[in-house]
Amino acid sequence: MSIIILIAAVSILIAGGFLVAFLWGVKDGQFDDDFAPPNRILFDDTIKTKIKK
Amino acid sequence: MELQKFYYDNKIPKFFAVACIFWGAVGMLVGVLIAFQLAFPVLNFGIEYTTFGRLRPIHTNAVIFAFVGNGIFTAVYYSIPRLLKTPMWSNALSKIHFWGWQLIIVAAALSLAMGFTTGKEYAELEWPIDIAITLIWVVFGVNMFGTILTRRERHLYVAIWFFIASWVTVAMLHIVNSFEFPVSFMKSYSWYAGVQDALVQWWYGHNAVAFFLTTPYLGLMYYFLPKAAGRPVYSYKLSIVHFWSLIFLYIWAGPHHLLYTALPDWAQSLGTAFSIMLLLPSWGGMLNGLFTLRGAWDKVREDPVLKFFVVAVTAYGMSTFEGPLLSLKNVNAISHYSDWTVAHVHIGALGWNGFLTFGMMYWLIPKLFDTKLYSKKLAATHFWIGTLGIILYAIPMYWAAFRTYFMLSAFTPEGQLQYQFIDAVQTAIPFYVLRAIGGTIYLGGVFVMVYNLVKTAKQGTFLAREYAEAAPLNKQYVAPAKAHWHSYFERKPMLLLVLSLIVVGIGGLVEMVPTFLIKSNVPTLSSVKPYTPLELQGRDIYIAEGCYNCHSQMIRPFRYEVARYGDYSKAGEFVYDHPFQWGSKRTGPDLARIGGKYPNSWHFNHMLEPGSMAPGSIMPSYPWLFEKELDINSTNSKIHAMRNMGVPYPEGYEAIAKVDLKKQAEEIAANLKSEKIDIKSDKQIIALIAYLQRVGKDIKMEKKLTNQQH
Repeated sequence: MSIIILIAAVSILIAGGFLVAFLWGVKDGQFDDDFAPPNRILFDDTIKTKIKK
Repeated sequence: MELQKFYYDNKIPKFFAVACIFWGAVGMLVGVLIAFQLAFPVLNFGIEYTTFGRLRPIHTNAVIFAFVGNGIFTAVYYSIPRLLKTPMWSNALSKIHFWGWQLIIVAAALSLAMGFTTGKEYAELEWPIDIAITLIWVVFGVNMFGTILTRRERHLYVAIWFFIASWVTVAMLHIVNSFEFPVSFMKSYSWYAGVQDALVQWWYGHNAVAFFLTTPYLGLMYYFLPKAAGRPVYSYKLSIVHFWSLIFLYIWAGPHHLLYTALPDWAQSLGTAFSIMLLLPSWGGMLNGLFTLRGAWDKVREDPVLKFFVVAVTAYGMSTFEGPLLSLKNVNAISHYSDWTVAHVHIGALGWNGFLTFGMMYWLIPKLFDTKLYSKKLAATHFWIGTLGIILYAIPMYWAAFRTYFMLSAFTPEGQLQYQFIDAVQTAIPFYVLRAIGGTIYLGGVFVMVYNLVKTAKQGTFLAREYAEAAPLNKQYVAPAKAHWHSYFERKPMLLLVLSLIVVGIGGLVEMVPTFLIKSNVPTLSSVKPYTPLELQGRDIYIAEGCYNCHSQMIRPFRYEVARYGDYSKAGEFVYDHPFQWGSKRTGPDLARIGGKYPNSWHFNHMLEPGSMAPGSIMPSYPWLFEKELDINSTNSKIHAMRNMGVPYPEGYEAIAKVDLKKQAEEIAANLKSEKIDIKSDKQIIALIAYLQRVGKDIKMEKKLTNQQH
């Protein structure tokens, strides 16, 4: 069953690496609103010149 | 800023949509056949490829991974480019993903019919296919994350979080649960044994429901429901809470599949507690979906798409209420191994997954072909047929579950079991007929849809590409003064991926590691010995024929189970079981103590003609086991594989294993001969009898040993 310990170790290692990315992201801090997104998806942005095939 | 011109590809979504409907119809057709087999065993046709034990995994795999899988990919490949204002990252990867997935489905169907199976429910596919799934899943992930990284829309819409979490978790589940030791091409043994294997398997099984059947379809709901209703989701904040709480709680709930089994008690309780908590996020999501239609209920009356969505979301609410209910130990005592579980999953599969898929197709296909739906009336007909099908499916199964429970747990005033197992089977048969009719009606609705959609496609013109314009993503992002903290994560896909992984990983590790590491969780029973080579071969036949689909090997500590089957099962009995075979449904009786219960001749006759030994039995007969010879050349590598996984066969035993095998086979053949049955000792049935006569026997020796010591 040592294979499980190995998997756990690898997961934690990768997770740690991503934690660094997370901390970097916090310093880069950016925010957005939560009103526009649900409304934005309702609008089709396609241009009417559609290629038919 | 300069606008960039690009296009959305509709070909891949169309391919996936067609595959989804095609495999859906095939999978449901197999489902209808096996439903009728339970009522009319003659429909097993006496052919190995069409027996229940082989077809049932084909049905479950087809509807989960082929029908719902292609449904997920349809939604992903249609919605993600539009949400992120960019084409998919690589068209080549999209194609590889599509064709790779279809090839896997074909390989899965063929190999399962031929009896190549790992014997673990919903993860039956053998190791070469497991590897192929992993590769194609990576292709899908690279394509999805590539698209996210090259997006023109900074914000990640809620649907995308669900897709990301699904991808990550399914990858992890599949890899961890598929650790297997290859014996040969298309044969492997699960690396885990007994209780550990059961825990990993149901951690996988439960989360396959969560992250394959639920979260990606929630993503689908959050995109297609607002689009079809023409209004934004009721509460975007609620969708955020829904997402994080759901993925955090889901991963811990797996042990609720193992209540009252030999799994340590603390793990069972943990599973129950988290299952109950799951009710909150699930219903939050359901209400968010239904409230999206606030003030638009008049549209539901007109639009078949919304009709399907409303019932789908309601079915989601029903099955996520039922799930926590079934996780309560006293309720689970009734439902486990019964038809209740089957009803429960079909409310989810037919209602939630099926109806959400149908709604999406009725909305999407006209869009792709730049036309209107051919017939709203036919779609409405499909809706009513489908709803009727679900009701006719579910109610008889609930009824059957309760009736059989009351029969199987009944004692006479003298303290004897009141009914034989076969009495309960006979009681269930009329309900099985009704269920099969319900399923047939539901499938009929699918064909109505196929006709409607083909007509729709024919009257329109396929839009292979739709052009759009958008500005590239501004590198220098300026944060608005007031914003929700969560929106930060929404713009960081890799971060989201990692956080999902951590959140989900913590849940899994906390549950699994202690069971692996704490030896006292699995008491070693000195009398429990490895299987003999012949028994091991017989066990592989048991697995290949899918016996676990109808028979459990796990006696729960209830008076009515102990009285019927024998002493309740202990964790230490399964330490050499790669894979475990506890099962999840008792269409037939439990087999955990079958060893030594009947003479060899009983098993011989029973496998050839079940009705001759158990009148009224609905078990299929297995004539080919009496024709086919056992492949004894694989014995060497099987023993070798088992020893590598820690089963204590003596060093060098491979060399003499075949001799031992032949000796035991001849003993059984001689024993049968003494009862006037002539059979050669090299047939498969001999090995199967050897295995059945061994199951659950070792622990009886334990009692003798203990008695001697005292």
